[in-house]
Amino acid sequence: MTLELSHLSRRFTGFAALDDVSLDIAPGEFVALLGPSGSGKTTLLRILAGLDYPDSGTARLDGDDFLATQARERKVGLVFQHYALFRHLTVAENVAFGLRVRPRRSRPSRADIAGRVEQLLKRVQLEGLGSRYPSQLSGGQRQRVALARALAVEPDLLLLDEPFGALDAQVRVTLRRWLRELHEELGLTTVFVTHDQEEALELADRIVVMNRGRIEQVGSPEAVYRQPLTPFVCEFIGKVNRIPLTCLDGDLRAGDWVLESDPWQRRHAHAVAYVRPEHLSVSTDAQQPGWQARLRHIYLAGSVAHLELHVAAIDQLLELDLAGEDVARLGLQAGAELRVLPRSAVVFPLNAAERAEDRMAIVADRRVWSAAGEAAVTP
Amino acid sequence: MSAVSRNTALRRPRWPRRIGHALLILATIALLTLFLLVPLAAVFVEALRTGVTAFLAAIEQPEGLAAIRLTLLVAAISVPLNVVFGVAAAWAIARFEFPGKAWLGAFIDLPFSVSPVISGLLYVLLFGAQGWFGPWLDEHGVKIVFAVPGLVLATIFITLPFVARELIPLMQAQGSDEEEAARVLGAGGWQMFFRVTLPNIRWALLYGVLLCNARAMGEFGAVSVVSGHIRGLTTTMPLEVEMRYNEYDVVGAFAMASLLALLALLTLAIKTLLEWRYGDEIAAHAPGGH
Repeated sequence: MTLELSHLSRRFTGFAALDDVSLDIAPGEFVALLGPSGSGKTTLLRILAGLDYPDSGTARLDGDDFLATQARERKVGLVFQHYALFRHLTVAENVAFGLRVRPRRSRPSRADIAGRVEQLLKRVQLEGLGSRYPSQLSGGQRQRVALARALAVEPDLLLLDEPFGALDAQVRVTLRRWLRELHEELGLTTVFVTHDQEEALELADRIVVMNRGRIEQVGSPEAVYRQPLTPFVCEFIGKVNRIPLTCLDGDLRAGDWVLESDPWQRRHAHAVAYVRPEHLSVSTDAQQPGWQARLRHIYLAGSVAHLELHVAAIDQLLELDLAGEDVARLGLQAGAELRVLPRSAVVFPLNAAERAEDRMAIVADRRVWSAAGEAAVTP
Repeated sequence: MSAVSRNTALRRPRWPRRIGHALLILATIALLTLFLLVPLAAVFVEALRTGVTAFLAAIEQPEGLAAIRLTLLVAAISVPLNVVFGVAAAWAIARFEFPGKAWLGAFIDLPFSVSPVISGLLYVLLFGAQGWFGPWLDEHGVKIVFAVPGLVLATIFITLPFVARELIPLMQAQGSDEEEAARVLGAGGWQMFFRVTLPNIRWALLYGVLLCNARAMGEFGAVSVVSGHIRGLTTTMPLEVEMRYNEYDVVGAFAMASLLALLALLTLAIKTLLEWRYGDEIAAHAPGGH
């Protein structure tokens, strides 16, 4: 049941919500569509649900035209961002809706429907709440009703639009794990939309990073985090330090620190290195290589400490993450003079223009760099 | 217990403010009495002044009964048509983007902004003997002006906005999420409408129907122009009231007027009863009541 999307485009007045998007979704996969608002992720989800149609491009399910299939015949379950429960129906009636609207031939009997509803409510841990109205439920409960309603039609493909967006932090984490377990139990193909990278990294088998209607990168959470394909992915996923580099005398350098010799044979004069806060090494020994830096602040957030450093040589603030116990071991305090050095970085040539061919060149000339002695990250 | 009573004592407004409140309430009651209750009472008093027998006799005149029948007929045709039109227009405006949408919204309000007399005149200009389509209609033996079809057309025009105006803001606030959910769950167009859309708008729709009906029965201006005042044939109840009054048949006029007033009171009573009986449910259907 592989779903093949190829060259989907959708224009709304004035902007392209989807711009030549191609993607394969394998059966049983848990896929996250991740991107900022306006990146086209919800448009893509609506197209899969049959609520919107692309201007061009095709979607095939095992070779059949998926787009020509009516919404009601797609075997798709959709959970809306704000749940969209039927407010005039009880929880049980909401869950039963998809079965009751079936044509008489394929409609289960009353007793079968009631049994199925009860079973689903049990599955989403809402036994005994069948006679309540949506307005009498909490946010987390409504979300699970929406899920039960979507599952009632026995979909092959489950679509979730910002499933945890409207919930408070604690409920969110619990529901997230629970949803992941449910996915594995039912063996459904699940696609969910989110703008929360942490959610995507934790839940998904595969992340599709979207920006301005285009796919920036498709990959495992590991790949997207460790080897971002484009500058956008670097900046959107996780926290990152952006360090400008110059190509001078055959070297790629930032201040007095030389990263490596120019890998591009003088084709680019400038570049930028993206370094994650946990990929910076810090030392109190002034003899160590690296930049001289002054420790501005220490934000101790539980087990992790966020350090804010000012590097005079490149006149830039860097953020560095360290285990809380290391801070104590090194006896770090605000105002201290330290040595800082990146252990690994993703480097892109810098190009002012945002033309399509330049984007290709930037991606083609990307370097995933690790300091000598570090375990190289293999793609 | 004592703590509670001390608390309420503290919250109770001071005397000057309480007097202010009382004066405001009294002024409102006085105005309502003077301008609404006294005239309403006068209608019934005048109608019954010469006794119940005279009252009933005034209504039981053939012209009176014909006027009542005609009024009910006109309402029975125009209200359902405007329900269909109102729901369709509200749906189009609340759910779709199309060129000319702003114009459609403005046109729906037209009957509110144009004087009813002018609305009536429009139909005479179009369908009257000297009107644009008059000769053609005459050739084919169709009578619109000075006949029942004209009354129905004028009433439909006048009551056009009531249902649509009641529904549009509600449907816009409710959004189309639930309808889309129904579609993805496999509901067809009509299933979606009858199982999701209609239940969500039923209270607003009912209000719209009640207001539409009250106006359809009570309309005077537009109907007066197209009616031709043919006794027993094209006079609705409001027209009958005026004609009797002009003929110095005071008891007859007020008897007919009291029936109209009763219809209005009945409408009001139904509306209040519904609000009282289903208040919670109506609140739950209001936007944000989810």
